[in-house]
Amino acid sequence: MIELKEVSKSFNNKEVLKQVSTVFETGKINLVIGASGSGKSVLMRLMVGLLKPDTGTISYDKRIMDFTDYDQTREIRRDIGMLFQGTALFNSSSVQENIEFPLKMFTTMNKEERLDRVNFCLKRVNLENINQKFPAELSGGMKKRVGIARAIALDIKYLFCDEPNSGLDPITSRLIDDLIKEITAEFKITTIINTHDMKTVFDIGDNIVFIYDGLKWWEGSKSDVKNSNNDELQLFLNASYII
Amino acid sequence: MSFFYQFGRYLLFLRSMFTKPEKTNIFFERIFTEMVAIGIDSLPIVILISVFQGAVTTVQSAYQLVSAIIPKSTIGMVVSDSTMLELAPTITCLVLAGKVGSHIASELGTMRINEEVDALEVMGINSASFLVLPKIISGLIMIPLLVIISIFLSLLGGIFAGHYSGLLSASEFIKGARESFIFFTLQVALTKAFTYGFIITSVSSFHGYYTQGGALEVGESSTKAVVYSSVLILLSDYLLAELLL
Repeated sequence: MIELKEVSKSFNNKEVLKQVSTVFETGKINLVIGASGSGKSVLMRLMVGLLKPDTGTISYDKRIMDFTDYDQTREIRRDIGMLFQGTALFNSSSVQENIEFPLKMFTTMNKEERLDRVNFCLKRVNLENINQKFPAELSGGMKKRVGIARAIALDIKYLFCDEPNSGLDPITSRLIDDLIKEITAEFKITTIINTHDMKTVFDIGDNIVFIYDGLKWWEGSKSDVKNSNNDELQLFLNASYII
Repeated sequence: MSFFYQFGRYLLFLRSMFTKPEKTNIFFERIFTEMVAIGIDSLPIVILISVFQGAVTTVQSAYQLVSAIIPKSTIGMVVSDSTMLELAPTITCLVLAGKVGSHIASELGTMRINEEVDALEVMGINSASFLVLPKIISGLIMIPLLVIISIFLSLLGGIFAGHYSGLLSASEFIKGARESFIFFTLQVALTKAFTYGFIITSVSSFHGYYTQGGALEVGESSTKAVVYSSVLILLSDYLLAELLL
């Protein structure tokens, strides 16, 4: 469970996140939606510790992230897997080296055990026999899946996905969504997804947080979304041609 | 104001990387990889500039020291001292600031804009320590070695140029070089090499690591890395000369 209490963040005196409080439950797919520039990417970067909040606290299963204590932050981060919008794969390393990297850094596994784990993760994301390929040789969808494989290489507790469907065709998008849903259930992790894709919201979302102008504007389940009388949320949904 | 902000940021950047490595074997592996990139890959350019540097200094010194009362071995003396004190460390490192500095800044800058640095941080790895510290350590090892090679090759270039142009024989050159040699000169050269090695690797890493934007900004960081490294090399050259000589 990840809990945010009155988290705020400003850049150059412009407040981009204002007193955001919410809870992301374990085992659920939590979606953060909102227009571009609404502050959802900043919220995700705060949660993974890439940015420091001006006020408020972020706690991971009751462990409050102390941004002044690098070692403590690092301990929490080791439970985090993240799929970046641009995948952030190491371009000069092969697929196998990318997935093997966290295993080499944080486990005492020998080479064969690491290779087994790499192959397991690749199989889990429906990719096999691409170990020696480099990111530049992969399609957008394959890169995203390798990104997920790298994120789950270690036994993570929290999975963050920043725009996992951006730049993908509708079929590959659904494939990625299904994969995230399966992994969340299988590994019993807390998943948080930043997205604009309303199809994702209705397909896999358990808990939806709508960010508007830096504020948590609305929160509820996917069944509540359509029935909500929140004007800004309805405007966002109508623009997506979903309802 | 901007200078103090950047300088403070640079110091904090240096402080941030001095943490215990996650895995010692991976850390040493990275140091060896960087030693190849900084040292071995720079050898061809160092060989080229050193030989010509020595040859040109010999010919020009001979041109300036034409006198019946000045022994020819003086040319070897002048070339040897100027090579060790100034030319080999400073000129070599200015060239390395261009080659190594731009390589480091563009590598780190590209990793930054591709979110690879963020990916390392999210994994719980100190990205500055993991990416930059091996470069600085490698620079401190390899750049002094390159400077020693440069001194040797410059003198060799001087001997060849003197001999084949008929200005002075190899034995006259070596006699002059040996007469003027004191160990302190080599100490000054190595002090300079260590200082420049640190400047090139740390300043270039700083500019690459804090790149923001896209491909254009990576190019800008690379340019800044070379310019700032070169200016700091020249500045520290003067300071070291004042302090040591």
